[in-house]
Amino acid sequence: MTRWFKQVGWRHLVVLVVVAFALFPILFVFSAAINPLGTLTSSQLLPTGASLDNFANLFGSVTYPFARWFFNSVFIALSASFASLLLSVLAAYAFSRMRFRGRRVGVLTLLLVQMFPQFLAIVAIFIIFTKVTELYPAFGFNGVWGLMLLYLGGALGGNTWLMKGFLDTIPKELDEAARVDGATHAQIFWRIILPLVTPILAVTGMLAFISTMSEFIIANVFLRDPESKTLAVGMFGMIAGDGRNANFGMFAAATLITAVPTVGVFLWLQKYIVCGLTSGAVKS
Amino acid sequence: MSRIAVLGVVSAILLYAGPPLIATGAWVALAVLGVVTGVIGYLYLSRRFIPAKYLVPGTIFLLVFQVFPIVYTMTTAFTNFGDGHRGDKQAAIAAIESDSVRQVPGSPDYGLTPALKGGKLVFLLTDTKIKQVQVGTADGLTPLPGAKIGISGKVAQAPGYTILTTPQAAERGPEISALSVPAPNGTIKANGLSRAFEGRAQKTYDAACDCVTDAETGRRWVADGSRGFFVDPSGRHLIQGWQVDVGFANFARVLTDPAISGYFLGVFAWNMVFALASVATSFVLGLGVALTLHHPRMRGTRIYRVALILPYAMPAFAMLLVWRDMFNRDFGLINHMLGLNLDWLGEPTTARFAVILVNLWLGFPYMFLVATGALQAIPRELTEAAGIDGASMVCTFRKVTLPLLLVALSPLLICSFAFNFNNFNAIQLTTQGGPFPADSPQVGATDLLITYTFRLAFGTGSAQFGFAAAISVFIFAFVALVSAITFRQTHRQEEVHA
Repeated sequence: MTRWFKQVGWRHLVVLVVVAFALFPILFVFSAAINPLGTLTSSQLLPTGASLDNFANLFGSVTYPFARWFFNSVFIALSASFASLLLSVLAAYAFSRMRFRGRRVGVLTLLLVQMFPQFLAIVAIFIIFTKVTELYPAFGFNGVWGLMLLYLGGALGGNTWLMKGFLDTIPKELDEAARVDGATHAQIFWRIILPLVTPILAVTGMLAFISTMSEFIIANVFLRDPESKTLAVGMFGMIAGDGRNANFGMFAAATLITAVPTVGVFLWLQKYIVCGLTSGAVKS
Repeated sequence: MSRIAVLGVVSAILLYAGPPLIATGAWVALAVLGVVTGVIGYLYLSRRFIPAKYLVPGTIFLLVFQVFPIVYTMTTAFTNFGDGHRGDKQAAIAAIESDSVRQVPGSPDYGLTPALKGGKLVFLLTDTKIKQVQVGTADGLTPLPGAKIGISGKVAQAPGYTILTTPQAAERGPEISALSVPAPNGTIKANGLSRAFEGRAQKTYDAACDCVTDAETGRRWVADGSRGFFVDPSGRHLIQGWQVDVGFANFARVLTDPAISGYFLGVFAWNMVFALASVATSFVLGLGVALTLHHPRMRGTRIYRVALILPYAMPAFAMLLVWRDMFNRDFGLINHMLGLNLDWLGEPTTARFAVILVNLWLGFPYMFLVATGALQAIPRELTEAAGIDGASMVCTFRKVTLPLLLVALSPLLICSFAFNFNNFNAIQLTTQGGPFPADSPQVGATDLLITYTFRLAFGTGSAQFGFAAAISVFIFAFVALVSAITFRQTHRQEEVHA
């Protein structure tokens, strides 16, 4: 018994303490979501009652079109992360496999530019998009397309780095053999490289999805119309000012629903995520 | 096949983006559009430039939505752009003159009905004496036959015009008060939303002396081209100014103005502490748990792993707001559970502790994930060999495992530092930079440079875009410097040279 504890038992204890730390805020959100009173002051760590009122209120609310926000967020996050994935894997392929003039400068510039947080330039972005809204309303304020393009501006940053690191570990002999067999560069990319980089695609796609779902500040400037908001902007408004206490139950319910797609993707890709993250970073 | 697709895309871009530019006469933009689409078409139709084919799509987005705004920000840093300095000199003069319009005794008084024609705001003016309706625009007055006047004296119906309801008009309040209609003996301005008067500008601009004179008092403000203001002999200036190039004044202000530089260094120091503490605590906790789970006889690792990753999968913005409410003094969960009455976010020390704790909660699952992966990549033979050679567990960890881990994880740690250095959400959604000292509501105890900058630019006081941009440039330079140095040290550069 003591030997078991010395070797394994204490590990369970330590991990359980950390698990408690990791889970207690989530448990609080869960209790608040099923709390029939739905206010912050009445919310406790453990559920004090059980009802689905908060969920019903959330979807029935006219002031807070939650379903619409949810759709906007998932749509923007999915399409922006898919497009940014494609853009960055294309660039990573060129940087990893091809030798051309300006390659080194290109890689370093990329590294430098992506360190500038896009929203520091929010004033400039605001002025630019005021003009765009006049010329091309479809890509202007209060719409998803302009915001999506804006998010793609940062697509070439960290993702490309992560993917280039991964691509470097794939033996070059593979594409050389294909080239000898007469494959074009496009065929090598789509048929040979892309299937091999699935783990890192899963990871970067996941990271891009999470960060787009949570992006608050640019979306907050960009989307004013209640119908066009994303979850981050809309839910922030839900517990701003007077609604802070009264709407807390609805807010907690909304938080749980927002987590569902992410947790789902997460569990599905868990295996890839661990090996992808590290193999992208490991440098021999 | 691919040729047809390329030509299709190119022509679609031209067809969509071209007409509005032609309509507004933006010839430079049209030329740029033409050249860019031409280059794209040529690039993908030719058999050469293979690397460019892969790099151009992302580069275009990078240039337009990342590099261009950065360049724009940097040029803004050299101007006094902000409240009072938004437009050019012409706009400033127009605003000064129209703001100083005062009713001349005995001048006509009008009933005002704001309306829209083709989306543009116009005034429908009813002369209160003769009940005749005229249309007032920025170009002048024209009679409007066929308008019906309601009982209240407002215009009820006018063919070709959309009459604004009172709430709609209230929404366009600033636009309505800004519109001035030239009239024979002066200017017509709105007085509220339902009345208008004819008056004369008291302050007038005189190009000969490049100055503004007040007709009544005779005071005179001379244009100061270096500050973008009209200044009177005693040094006081009019509120309306214009945008001018101020050179390095904004940068100098960050470093030399005692009211700013004192804060700047303090904020900078806390910013460093916050970023380092966030990375260090979450790395230590994440690695600690990963090491604890990393044992061949450990059972249930899968379920532990899922539980530990959950915070990372929760929406971060929402959980930050939840944590904010958990730290609330009166009805927060933490005081409630611990039986305390601490004003967590109201005291500098506890507020700083709280935001680092929250950031630890958000950040350690990621560190746990990557540490787990990196641990699995270290061959067990290495640690076993060290054990056989008589090394203790601690010694094996310090001499074998940790160095190998750091080689793998240091790029991620640097990225994490750069991210947390500018972690706007972590502060804005919890403390909003507070608590603020009573004597200076400008800088709070948990303010990062970035939240401070954001408040300068968009805050409740007057917007100082130029100054905020200068601080942005400082932040950028610092983060770039730190990252460049550390990347060099971790030999990341070798990959670039390869």
